[in-house]
Amino acid sequence: MYPILEARWLAPEVKLFRLQAPLIARKQKPGQFVIVRVHERGERIPLTIADAEADSITLIVQGVGKTTKLLNTLEAGQRVLDVVGPLGRPSEIHRYGTAVVIGGGVGTAIAYPTARALKRAGNRVLAIIGGRTRSLVILERELRGFCDAVHVTTDDGSHGEKGLVTAPLQRLVNGPDRPDFVLAIGPIPMMRAVAEVTRPHGIKTMVSLNPIMVDGTGMCGGCRVVVGGKTFFACVDGPEFDAHQVDFQILAARNAMYREAEQRALAEFRAQAHPPEECRLTRAHPELAPLAAS
Amino acid sequence: MDAANPLPLKERMRLPRQRMPEQAPEARRENFAEVNLGLDAALARQEALRCLQCKSHQCFTGCPVGVKIKDFIALVLRGDYLAAAAKIREDNVLPAITGRVCPQEEQCEGRCILGKNGEPLAIGYLERFVADYERRVGQVGLPVKAPPTGKRVAVIGSGPAGLSAAGDLVQRGHAVTVLEALHELGGVLIYGIPEFRLPKQIVHEEIENLRRLGVEFRTNVVVGRTVTVDELLGPEGYHAVFIATGAGLPVFLNIPGEHLCGVYSANEFLTRVNLMRANEFPAWDEPIYDCRGRDVAVIGGGNTAMDAVRTALRLGAATATIVYRRSEAEMPARVEEIKHAREEGVRFLTLANPVAFLGDERGWLRAIRCQRMALGEPDASGRRRPQPIPDSAFEIPAQVAVVAVGNRGNPLVQATTPDLKTNPLGYIEADPETLKTSKRGVFAGGDIVTGGATVILAMGAGRRAAQAIDRYLRTGEW
Ligand SMILES: Cc1cc2nc3c(=O)[nH]c(=O)nc-3n(C[C@H](O)[C@H](O)[C@H](O)COP(=O)(O)OP(=O)(O)OC[C@H]3O[C@@H](n4cnc5c(N)ncnc54)[C@H](O)[C@@H]3O)c2cc1C
Ligand SMILES: Cc1cc2nc3c(=O)[nH]c(=O)nc-3n(C[C@H](O)[C@H](O)[C@H](O)COP(=O)(O)OP(=O)(O)OC[C@H]3O[C@@H](n4cnc5c(N)ncnc54)[C@H](O)[C@@H]3O)c2cc1C
Ligand code: SF4
Ligand code: SF4
Ligand code: FES
Repeated sequence: MYPILEARWLAPEVKLFRLQAPLIARKQKPGQFVIVRVHERGERIPLTIADAEADSITLIVQGVGKTTKLLNTLEAGQRVLDVVGPLGRPSEIHRYGTAVVIGGGVGTAIAYPTARALKRAGNRVLAIIGGRTRSLVILERELRGFCDAVHVTTDDGSHGEKGLVTAPLQRLVNGPDRPDFVLAIGPIPMMRAVAEVTRPHGIKTMVSLNPIMVDGTGMCGGCRVVVGGKTFFACVDGPEFDAHQVDFQILAARNAMYREAEQRALAEFRAQAHPPEECRLTRAHPELAPLAAS
Repeated sequence: MDAANPLPLKERMRLPRQRMPEQAPEARRENFAEVNLGLDAALARQEALRCLQCKSHQCFTGCPVGVKIKDFIALVLRGDYLAAAAKIREDNVLPAITGRVCPQEEQCEGRCILGKNGEPLAIGYLERFVADYERRVGQVGLPVKAPPTGKRVAVIGSGPAGLSAAGDLVQRGHAVTVLEALHELGGVLIYGIPEFRLPKQIVHEEIENLRRLGVEFRTNVVVGRTVTVDELLGPEGYHAVFIATGAGLPVFLNIPGEHLCGVYSANEFLTRVNLMRANEFPAWDEPIYDCRGRDVAVIGGGNTAMDAVRTALRLGAATATIVYRRSEAEMPARVEEIKHAREEGVRFLTLANPVAFLGDERGWLRAIRCQRMALGEPDASGRRRPQPIPDSAFEIPAQVAVVAVGNRGNPLVQATTPDLKTNPLGYIEADPETLKTSKRGVFAGGDIVTGGATVILAMGAGRRAAQAIDRYLRTGEW
């Protein structure tokens, strides 16, 4: 059981959790993730370690389906059943010169710890963060705290520049400030588009892939991705890979494998009544009542 | 002991081997409940009467851990089932499990003298009967513990090797912590072998017994990530480490199309169902690709392949087919599993080898291209080597494929413990008797040393390791 020390909303559907997990906190490095199981009958989902203190780790969760939405109903004082990690390889941190870190949606949270590590390693760090609309742009203030510049884009122009993250990137690539390294984390189409912007310039570009995972230890092979024509297990060989080598089409197809089942689970989850004055988690899962109360 | 048997030898040899009562094939392919129902006391006695109590008792030499088979059978005949169970437990701490899953035909029963002219004694059925009796009456005799030694041992992995080592070490007075990467304990017994062959309740009970003995269990700890072996031996304060991490790295075929949706490793397919209960989706959250009405092909001929193909049937597959490159005679699976699979309607496509998975435009599997094979000369394993027949390609329809062609050692522990010697296949090198590795204070056993083997061999390794660890902790000699 992993107690939640802090829980607050960063954006609609995006919630930050600080969990007590001393072993993981001590060991984690930027780019690594944990696998979480919220309740007894729950699935195992990967979430990036956005930050860590002596005894606690921070996760930033976007509610996209049943498990993430259920997790986002939890509050400080409650507990998460299983948290295992740190998993995956840490990001490779070098002194590249100028590094551009691009985050789309919750991808910003995943890129955040690596951006900070790049800064600490002596890079000039420029961030480009995007979202559909103003409220979905997260961690802007935190990034401004240490980045040399932060560009914001929104699809609807409600904040920052109207358009996609690739527009400012294109300008940087063409301009005098040509980046030496790019890290892009976000939806698959965004990462693919970024790869195409940097490819002609031969700029080293990494992306963090999000295939469906089960164990996270290399045991099931479900997270396999194709990079440079070879198969890798993202949970142990990744999650970061060379963007110019990744087969995004296979990744997108495999991530859609359970769409029907996911939609059914989400519909059933939503169909449950959630009066705001009651704990929504215990409402959905009465067997959790004693734990949630404690 | 033979006094308990009223029958002269000749008559014993005329008795037929008792049949295991089981769920009817049509019924069981619709559910995940155990197929074998177990002998009752009358059947067990009837079977035990067949034992000749041979002086040479070859059966004993066939058992990898040396269960005193004829002694426990004699106790069955006396009706003293608890004593029989205790007799088995002297050498085998997981009898309810091994009675169900040991490949008896190659081990104890394979050596039984009765098998020379007829059918061997059903030692596995009797072992299971006795162990189930003991469980039912709730009188599993917990052994007495030696006084605390003040030494701490970390066991990595909670499969049969880890569990049996933990049990023996705690009895010898050491403080034992089992570290397990997954959220549930039991290793392959939980995530690999399906409920219809080995009810999870049995594994839970065995673990509960160990907990009562004082073994500490910690789930969600991936050694190599959460903590390293060096940290366990250093700041974490353990005096010895036993690595029992199994052979959990899936081997794929490396043929085109393996990334298509619908292609699974057996580990993933079985884990989704056994550990995550995808068969109960959406009451449990984890989904599995809907097999209902679909054609499922399982590639391989071992226990894992049989488990996967029978699981597919139970998930509602329209057809469930084993694709195996040798002939049925070479299949490494237990004879009983092959028989059960066939009764349930599994099809067998032997002497066929997949060469490509074929997908549709969305990236989903639709068929498998195979090649016909012929058997040539025996290879290193003594089995005849399959060779492709030229121009013999053909396709079989399949929307789900499960690759069950073996496993390798998971490298996480080795990769973070540089002074641990491994062999070219990635398995840890350990002395077969003492299970000592190249690193002081570190022992290893089970599938991570031998490669995929059997529950009883893993258990035997765990027990030998416990002995050697105990000696090391008491003498300090390496
Ligand atoms: C290494 C890694 C790090 C991640 N870090 C974060 C993070 O910091 N914050 C965050 O909000 N999200 C993160 N994700 C994505 C997150 O794991 C998924 O959004 C989550 O699993 C969805 O589960 P669900 O039940 O809510 O939605 P579902 O309805 O099950 O699925 C919605 C989408 O999530 C994907 N998905 C479903 N199950 C899994 C699974 N077991 N593993 C991976 N993806 C899955 C599906 O492809 C689907 O498109 C990360 C993913 C990976 C692989
Ligand atoms: C589907 C299937 C069916 C089988 N059927 C039979 C059968 O009928 N009869 C038979 O005798 N044998 C059978 N076997 C083989 C048998 O199950 C294995 O030989 C046996 O379980 C090996 O035991 P083990 O303790 O070495 O490892 P495992 O049972 O594999 O246990 C290893 C444990 O270590 C954990 N682990 C791994 N890495 C780490 C880490 N870094 N940190 C912490 N924990 C870790 C794993 O999660 C796992 O729980 C079958 C195997 C499979 C896969
Ligand atoms: S442990 Fe296995 S091999 Fe030994 S007697 Fe029991 S069933 Fe036979
Ligand atoms: S070999 Fe067979 S008949 Fe002889 S003692 Fe063993 S089990 Fe009994
Ligand atoms: S999640 Fe199972 S191997 Fe990566």
